[in-house]
Amino acid sequence: MLEIRFHGRGGQGAVKASDVLAIAAFEEGKEVQAFPFFGVERRGAPVTAFTRISDTEIRIHSYIYEPDILVILDPSLIGAVPLTDGLKPSGKIIINTSRKPEEFSFPEAENPQVFTADCSAIAVKYRLGSKESPIVNTAILGAVAKATGIVSIDSICKAIENKIPIKKEENAQAARETYEHVLS
Amino acid sequence: MKKVLTGNVAAAYGATAARVNVVAAYPITPQTTIVEILSEIVADGELKADFVKVESEHSALAACIGAQSAGARTFTATSAQGLALMHELIHWSARARLPIVLTNVNRAMAPGWSIWADATDSIAQRDTGWMQVYCENNQEVFDTVIMSYKIGENENILLPTLINLDAFFLSHTSQVVDIYDSERIDSFLPPYNPKYKLDVNAPRSFGALTSPEHYYEFSYLLHNAHKKAKEVIREVGKEFGKKFGREYGLVEEYKCEDADEILVTYGTIAGTTKDAVDRLREKGRKVGAFKIRYFRPFPDEEVIEVLSKAKKIGVIDRAVSFGHEGPFLSEVKAALYESGNYVPVYGFVAGLGGRDVSIADIENIHDHMINNEPENLIWIGVKK
Repeated sequence: MLEIRFHGRGGQGAVKASDVLAIAAFEEGKEVQAFPFFGVERRGAPVTAFTRISDTEIRIHSYIYEPDILVILDPSLIGAVPLTDGLKPSGKIIINTSRKPEEFSFPEAENPQVFTADCSAIAVKYRLGSKESPIVNTAILGAVAKATGIVSIDSICKAIENKIPIKKEENAQAARETYEHVLS
Repeated sequence: MKKVLTGNVAAAYGATAARVNVVAAYPITPQTTIVEILSEIVADGELKADFVKVESEHSALAACIGAQSAGARTFTATSAQGLALMHELIHWSARARLPIVLTNVNRAMAPGWSIWADATDSIAQRDTGWMQVYCENNQEVFDTVIMSYKIGENENILLPTLINLDAFFLSHTSQVVDIYDSERIDSFLPPYNPKYKLDVNAPRSFGALTSPEHYYEFSYLLHNAHKKAKEVIREVGKEFGKKFGREYGLVEEYKCEDADEILVTYGTIAGTTKDAVDRLREKGRKVGAFKIRYFRPFPDEEVIEVLSKAKKIGVIDRAVSFGHEGPFLSEVKAALYESGNYVPVYGFVAGLGGRDVSIADIENIHDHMINNEPENLIWIGVKK
């Protein structure tokens, strides 16, 4: 079973991202589970969401404490909340940032593999959200597909079309463009 | 057809597949989306039903009571304070022998104001005469809504069912659910056609003044219906299994056959416990999990048969009966007393108010059972 933890801020779409990723994996025949950290949602406040992907039935109903993959929708969370807690050795960290992976260090994690993509710029390009607070959830899923290979970019785009109510085409294009521009 | 659904959507689809005639409900977090989706399904004409908007939960159940008395199949949903507000009519609907189905999203009672998982709301309805089921996953929610109509509407039973699903851990968690349309369900669940109903052409009196000469017998018959319901629940669960590939009973065993210790629980903690059992078995511990689905009628036969073979029993409750102990613990101990097998029983209370119960917590519970004497009320992870 693969466990993915999303960290974002209210308004960026982390919860929706966890759901879209689950549906993409489901389309590929996997068992899935997706849920948010059950808090009170406020714009700008830290948000956590979870996705589990498995070949067999998922029975656990508990938060993810030892993720295989971390998806960070807002780099300002780094240092502000304990993002890497429990990350498995050689776990993957995918960050929405214009910076390069080597500019980040997570000494508390064991041999993490860092990937970056400028999801905010791509979301702004496709007019997803506003310039000041772009909605980066669909863009970063393109990076997740590329960095992890757990689902294909086609499945991500299909899930976006099923699950995102507006600007379906732009959201899918944002995911595809990010897929092509992931740094590792 | 398989879909990725939250527990709330699964509940709404269950009611749709069961072709309910009347839905009446009042919004409350985290239940709201169940009736939101049903209102859309009714508005789209996919379900031919009356959707009754009401001003409170008390009125919601009152509307169901009226409609069900006139021969309609009815559905409602609520949580916590909403269920508490229904309480008077919870008694009424059971004593009137109306097989209403209510999905309750288990939520903690306030104060402290909370929207998170806790079974105290439904446990407080224990002695009303309703059947009570606790679901482990979203598939079970969908399946249980459909089975509950078939069980409750059986002419020897005629009892309402309270179906419980944990707040957020099911209500707002997406999972793969195999759903069926009403055409496929029709061959399993025939239309509701009660022998006695409100009918202007055949007037009858319902819920009239009952003297001590008869009230006692009404209670006796209500209790007997619960006793008979156990067999009907088993039969309907088997028939459902034959038709749809998933069999259900009053309980579910997991690796109990050769277990020295058995962990007993309900709701979503039951799923996490199965994973914990696998992990403990990898460490060489002979442990099993036992899920209790039905709290009422209580499955004492199954409890005795499976649990009396173990050396130690641990019951994990997501509720507490203040001044005593966990409510499921009391029932398990009473059943074992009945059997004459005095297996040591440990009572754990965990996950109140939505506190997460992890695999590590369940491993700690098992460690505690190995290393300590039994106690009735052991608090898990309490901050002191």
